[in-house]
Order: sequence, then C-alpha cells, then structure tokens
Amino acid sequence: MDGQTIIARRVARELHTGDLVNLGIGIPTLVANHVPPELKVFFQSENGLIGTGPMPEQGMAHPLLTDAGGRPISALPGACTFDSAMSFGLIRGGHVDVTVLGGLQVDAHGHLANWMIPGKMVPGMGGAMDLVSGAKRVIVAMQHAAKGKSKIVAKCTLPLTSTRPVSLVVTDMAVIAFPEGKATLLETAPGVSIAEVVAVTGAELAIPETVPEMKI
Amino acid sequence: MRAVSVEEAVAKIPAGASIMVGGFMGVGTPQRLLDEIVRQQKSRLSLISNDAAVPGKGVGKLFDATLVARLTASHIGLNPKAQQQMLANQIAVDLIPQGTFVERIRAGGCGLGGVLTPTGVGTSVAEGKRQIEVNGTTFLLETALRAQFALVHAFLADYLGNLTYALTARNFNPVMAMAADTVIVTAEHIVPVGVIAPDHVMTPAPLVDYLITNG
Repeated sequence: MDGQTIIARRVARELHTGDLVNLGIGIPTLVANHVPPELKVFFQSENGLIGTGPMPEQGMAHPLLTDAGGRPISALPGACTFDSAMSFGLIRGGHVDVTVLGGLQVDAHGHLANWMIPGKMVPGMGGAMDLVSGAKRVIVAMQHAAKGKSKIVAKCTLPLTSTRPVSLVVTDMAVIAFPEGKATLLETAPGVSIAEVVAVTGAELAIPETVPEMKI
Repeated sequence: MRAVSVEEAVAKIPAGASIMVGGFMGVGTPQRLLDEIVRQQKSRLSLISNDAAVPGKGVGKLFDATLVARLTASHIGLNPKAQQQMLANQIAVDLIPQGTFVERIRAGGCGLGGVLTPTGVGTSVAEGKRQIEVNGTTFLLETALRAQFALVHAFLADYLGNLTYALTARNFNPVMAMAADTVIVTAEHIVPVGVIAPDHVMTPAPLVDYLITNG
C-alpha cells in the first residue's frame, strides 16, 4: 500500500456518521474514497455545497456544479447549496466537525503552516485559515517527510496558518497528537518502528508506553 | 431596474473603477460582462474577486488583458498570469482569508463598519490590524469592503430583477449584490414575474440596477 493510501485510510477512520466534514485539496481529497458506505458523512465543499458526490459520469457534468478547484462534481440525495457567507459561517462558527488539510510543516506544538512559501509559492490562503480557526477538529494529512526533510519540525519556519494547534497529524509513518501542547506519537504505520519514526522526525516526540500499529 | 445591453452597461464603468465580481474559479461569473470589459479595454481596475480563476476563463480574462491594477482576493494560485503580474509588481494584491473576504463584503452591504473574526490572529494576516478582546477571545477587526460596481451572475432573473442562483454558482453573488453602488446582473434565463416564487428569491429586485438583456 502506498503512503497516500495509508494516510487516507487512517484519516477515514476518524470520521463518524453524521459528521460534517471539509476536505482540503491533495491527499485530503482521497479520504472520501476510503469512507465505508455505511458511514453517513456529509462532505462540504466550501464553494457552497453540503453533500458532495463523486465526479459525474462522462457527459453528465453540470457547469454550475463544481468543487472548490472548479472541477465537476455531483450532489448526493439530500444535498444542499448556499452562498459563501453561509459556507464560511459553517466553517468559522464551529459547525464543521472535522476538516482534513494538507500541510507543509507542523511544529512540536501542533501549529500548522500550509499556505505559502515566501518568495516561491504565494497562492493565497483560500479557506485554510478559517478552517483551522473554526472547525471542531483539524486533521493534517501529509507525507512525514519531503525530499528527505521532516515536515514535522521543532518550530515552523514557514508562515503559520493559525496559532490554534491542530488536533491530529496522520502521515505515511505515524499518527501524532498534541496533548498538553506536546507532540506525542500515538501510532506507527504498518512495518514502521518507533525508532524509524523518531529518526525522521524533526521535532521531539513524546513516546507513550504503548504505541500501537495503525489500523487501516 | 433597467434592462440594458451589455455594451451599454459596461460603458457606465469608468477606467480605474472598483468592481466586485461574483464567481468561484469562474463558476457563477458574469462572463459576458467580463468579455465586454475586455472589448472596451477598461483599464486600471480595482478588482475584488474571490480568486483569479484561470487564464481564459472568468476574471482570468482581465489578467490576460492586463486590465487589473489592484486585486483583493483569497486565492490566486491557479492563475499563473495573475501570480506573475503580482511578483512583477504590476498589480497590488491583497490576499485575505476567504471567510474574512466574504464577511467584509457582507458587512459592506449591511451597513456595518466591519467584523470581528478569530481567523488570522497571530499570523501575518494580523499585521497592522486592530485586535479586540471580547469575553476572553482575541479577534481581528476586519473593515467593511464595498465597490462602485458589483457584477453578478444569476441563474434566473425575472422582469423586475428578482434573482435566484443555481448550485455552486451562487457563491459570492448574493453577498456582492448588497455591497456596491451599482449592481449589474447577467442571468442564464430571464423569466416572467412570478416564475420565481417569493420564498425562492435570493436577491430582491430593488438591489438590481441593470439587467443585461439576452441575445
């Protein structure tokens, strides 16, 4: 199983029936593919839809029904649409149960940086800052390291998305949470040892007595 | 409300005007108005739009034609031309969180001076802004945003100017229709009064100044 699938499957286990869930672009989008059908989750698209469905079949796309990236989507039975003030009222107002976002860096205290690389990539934050400020739970789904460098760092060097710590980080190697503001290893990916996780993590990790393997 | 041609409506927009344009990645955007702005070469525009769409689509056409002097948006990452113009200092860009963007416009349309939001506290977004503590929580004071013109795209407009929107094409349109001195609307369909039931009107007719005639 590749790293992205491990991440998506593990994150999917964090969702519960009835949850209103917002998925960011990239790896987070894959989470929807791994939610078991008996789990009735509402997915929000921040451009104004609750009840997003899969990409429509060839020839069935509607030009006025897209995801936040402008790609055609479908709407499930029971879906509803609304304007952007409502959409971000839902997000900032604590009505979104879980948001899953990509990350560039997460630091030892759970601070996330995921919206710009000064001088290199300045796309704008879109909805990321509102999602991290307002969703009940913020889960970061990202590779543990990029180009050999840990994305989990002692202190973010990139501009922060929010000063509110995230709830959980799920990578291809580990699940990490931040109880009492301290990065703590909760699970390891199948076939990955605690020592291997520690070796490629750029922040100090608290290691509880038992660290189970991820169930995916 | 007056029904006018697209040429006549755009002729009312001077060069250097501030315009807010509905749409999200080009979906729910008044394409015909944007095409006409390009044709009439309305330059030095101050554009308020959620994103810069992509080249060749929606507000992306305004960047193709280098008609934008100033941009207020939440995301321009999918339009390389807008990014290039920003990095070359050809346009001044104010990038703000999307929830703050829409809420500032809502405030502008509702007679409020601004809003207090937790979004951006402690980040670079907070630089130069007042912070206000309410019941133990710190908020940023984000001021109201208005424009001279709102360019809005509806799904249905009736002969009076009542509007409804479709699916994810609603996005910023009804909020912007409240927040400009002059509101210009294109609609996919213009229908007789009564076709849109009172409960389904999303933008009331008195807000609309000009409806672009079809054909």
